[in-house]
Amino acid sequence: MIKKLLGALALSLTCAMAVAAEGGVHLDRAPDRINDLAALQNGAKLFVNYCLNCHSANSMRYNKLTDLGLTEDDIKKNLLFTADKVGELMTIAMTSEDGKKWFGTTPPDLSVIARAKSTTMGPSGVDYIYTYLRTFYRDASKKTGWDNTTFPSVAMPNVLWELEGPRSMTRIAVHEVTADDGSTQWTRTTQTFDPEGFSTVKDEALKDYHGGPSEKITFHTDDPKQFSAFESNVADISNFLGWMAEPNQLLRKQIGVWVMLFLFLFLFVAIRMNASYWKHVR
Amino acid sequence: MAEKNVETTGLLGWVDRRFPLTSMIKEHMSEYYAPKNFNFWYFFGSLALLVLVIQIVTGIFLVMSYKPDARFAFESVEYIMREVPGGWFIRYMHSTGASMFFVVVYLHMLRGLFYGSYRKPRELVWIFGVAIFLCLMGEAFFGYLLPWGQMSYWGAQVIVNLFSAIPFIGPELSLWIRGDYVVSDATLNRFFAFHVIAIPLVLIGLVVAHILALHEVGSNNPDGVEIKQGPKDKYGRPVDGIPFHPYYSVHDMVGVAGFLIVFAAIIFFGPEMGGYFLEYNNFIPADPLKTPPHIAPVWYFTPFYTMLRATTSDFTWVLAAAALIAAVALFIKGRLPGIWRVIVPVILLAVAVLLKVFDAKFWGVVSMGGAVVILFFLPWLDHSPVKSIRYRPNWHKVLYAIFIINFLILGWLGTQPVTPTYTLMGQVGTVIYLAFFLLMPVWSRLGTFKPVPDRVTFHAH
Repeated sequence: MIKKLLGALALSLTCAMAVAAEGGVHLDRAPDRINDLAALQNGAKLFVNYCLNCHSANSMRYNKLTDLGLTEDDIKKNLLFTADKVGELMTIAMTSEDGKKWFGTTPPDLSVIARAKSTTMGPSGVDYIYTYLRTFYRDASKKTGWDNTTFPSVAMPNVLWELEGPRSMTRIAVHEVTADDGSTQWTRTTQTFDPEGFSTVKDEALKDYHGGPSEKITFHTDDPKQFSAFESNVADISNFLGWMAEPNQLLRKQIGVWVMLFLFLFLFVAIRMNASYWKHVR
Repeated sequence: MAEKNVETTGLLGWVDRRFPLTSMIKEHMSEYYAPKNFNFWYFFGSLALLVLVIQIVTGIFLVMSYKPDARFAFESVEYIMREVPGGWFIRYMHSTGASMFFVVVYLHMLRGLFYGSYRKPRELVWIFGVAIFLCLMGEAFFGYLLPWGQMSYWGAQVIVNLFSAIPFIGPELSLWIRGDYVVSDATLNRFFAFHVIAIPLVLIGLVVAHILALHEVGSNNPDGVEIKQGPKDKYGRPVDGIPFHPYYSVHDMVGVAGFLIVFAAIIFFGPEMGGYFLEYNNFIPADPLKTPPHIAPVWYFTPFYTMLRATTSDFTWVLAAAALIAAVALFIKGRLPGIWRVIVPVILLAVAVLLKVFDAKFWGVVSMGGAVVILFFLPWLDHSPVKSIRYRPNWHKVLYAIFIINFLILGWLGTQPVTPTYTLMGQVGTVIYLAFFLLMPVWSRLGTFKPVPDRVTFHAH
C-alpha cells in the first residue's frame, strides 16, 4: 500500500514540476563556458573594462581572479583601473546618489547578479544576462537613446554598442484594435527601429484571423561576422558573471565528486555492518 | 555518606557512583527495547536528530562571521561564501539543512500518521513532536530574515503584517514584533536573537522531552502492536523487541549514509535546488522601497501559505456554513460528554457569526495557524479500532493518499502567483485538509477493519 502511495506521490510531483516549467519570457541559452578559463579571463577583462565603471562588485576581490589562471601581475597590469592593490574589492568611484542622478536609478551591484536573475526551475541568470546584453536596440525617443526588448525601458544604455556594430530591430505584433464604434479588428503592427533609432510603424488589418495575440522580435545586423564575435564576447561576460556569483563553484563540484565516492563507500560499509548484526535476529 | 553500589569499576565506576551514566546509557540505548519490525519510515526520527546537530554546529560557525546589522548582513553572507575558509560549505550545509529538516520531519510525521504512533499511550510523544514542528517553523521563519535579501525582507514583512489582522490588538502587536514601523535593523536584531538563542533552547528541551516520553511508553511499529503486551523472555524482556543499541544504531547508520548521499548531492551539485532551497530573489539585497512582484515563502511553508491566501471573504461564507452544520450535527448526533454537548456547538455558532464579523485576513491567519494546531488534537480525533494503516479498510488508505496529494498540491500552489483558478484550487485544498482532520472522529471508525495480529510481523534478514 505504501508503495502505491509513494507512486502517487512521485506522479503528482512530476506533474507539478511539468506545470512549473512552463511560462516566462523566452531567454536564449548561453553557451556553457563555466569551465573554460580562457573565456572566463576574457569575460573578466570585458567586465572590468565595460561594466565596472557604473556597476560595482563589492563582494569580489581582484586577486580572486587568480582562480581563473591569472597571476597577480596580470591583474595589476591589465585590470586594476579603479583600485591600487590586488587585494582590494571591486568597488567603484560613482556613488549611489550619482547613479540616481545620472541614470534615474542606482546601477545594481553585480557580485551575485547571475544568481539573482535566475528563474525558479527555469533559465539561469547567465542565460538572462546573455539574452539581455544581446537585445539592445537604438530608440531615439529614449533618454539614453537605447531600449531593450528583454528589459523594456531599462535605464542602462548599450555600453557594448561599438563591439556590437549597427543593428536594426523589427517588432511584429498581432493584436486586437478597438475601433471608435466598439467593433474589434485583429491588426498586425510592424514597427522597425533603424540603426539610428528612428522608428517606422505600419498597421495592417487582418481578415479571417483566428489566432491569439502574438509578438515577434527580429534583429538585423549588417555585419554578421562582427556580430558573431560580439555574441561570443557577451557569452564570455555572462559566464564570467556566472562564475563571479559563486567563485568557489568549480571547487565545490570537484570536492563533491570525492565526497560522493566516500559516501557510497560508507553506505556499502553501513549496509554490510547492519546485515552482519541482524543476521542472527529471528 | 556511603557510596552507591555500582557494577562498574575504575573511572567509569567513579563516575557512576556520582552520576547515572551507565544506567542512562542502558535505559536509553543498550536496554531500550524497540520493536524489531521497523521499516524504512523509521529512519526519519534519527535523521531529524542528525539534522538538528548539523544545524547547531554549522550555525555556531556561521554566527562567528555573520553580522546581524541591516547595513552589513547581506554582504557578510557573501563574505562567508567567498572569504571564510570553507565558509561556502558551512553555509550550504546550513541552508540545505533547513530544507532537509522539513523534508525529514514531514516524513517523520507522515510515518506517525500511517502507523497511528500518536494513539494512546503515545499522545505526549506526539504533542511534544508537534511542538517541535511549531518551533521549527518559528526557527526557519526567524532565520530566513538573516541573509537580508529581498525575499527575507518581504517575507518577514508579509508574515509580521498578518498579526495586524488580529482584531483590536493587531496593529500594535505587529509594531511590537517588528520594533519599528517597517521591518528594519531592530527587527533583524531581535530575529537574530530568537534564531540563535531563544528557539534553539526551547527546541532542544522539546527534543529531550520527545525522546524521554517515547522511551517511557516505548516505540510503536508498522503493525501498531504493543510489544510490551506480547510474550516476554525469562528476563522480562519483550520477545518482539530488540536492544536499540547496537541493533538500531547500526541500522540507522544505513539511513544516515543514504541521507548524507542526498544531502551532499544537493550541497555540492545544486545548493539552490532550482530556486526552492535558496530563492533566487534573495540574492538581491533587501530594499524597503522596492516590493518584489511575486513574494513566495520557502517551499516548506507553502501549503500553509496557500491556506492563508485561500481564505477570501467569499470563502469565509463556506467556513461559516461548515461551522453551522458542525454545530447542529454535534448537538444532534455528537458523542460529546455532558455539558460539552452544548458548549461546543455554541462556540461553533459564535465562530460562524464572527467569520463574517472579522476581516477575512484574520481568518486566513486562523486557518493557517489552525492547520498546524489541529495536529495537537490528532490523538483524540482518531477513533479507529486499529492503529496501523495496514489493518484499516482500503478506502482509508485512499483518504490518506488524497490527503498527501492534496498537501503537495497546496504546497505547489503556494509557490505560484495568485489567479482565480489557483485561489479556487487552494480553497478546495484547504477544505480537504481541514475536513480530513475535523471529520476524522466520524470516518476513522467506519468500514471493515482487518484483524490485527498478536505479534509483530517480522521476517529474518
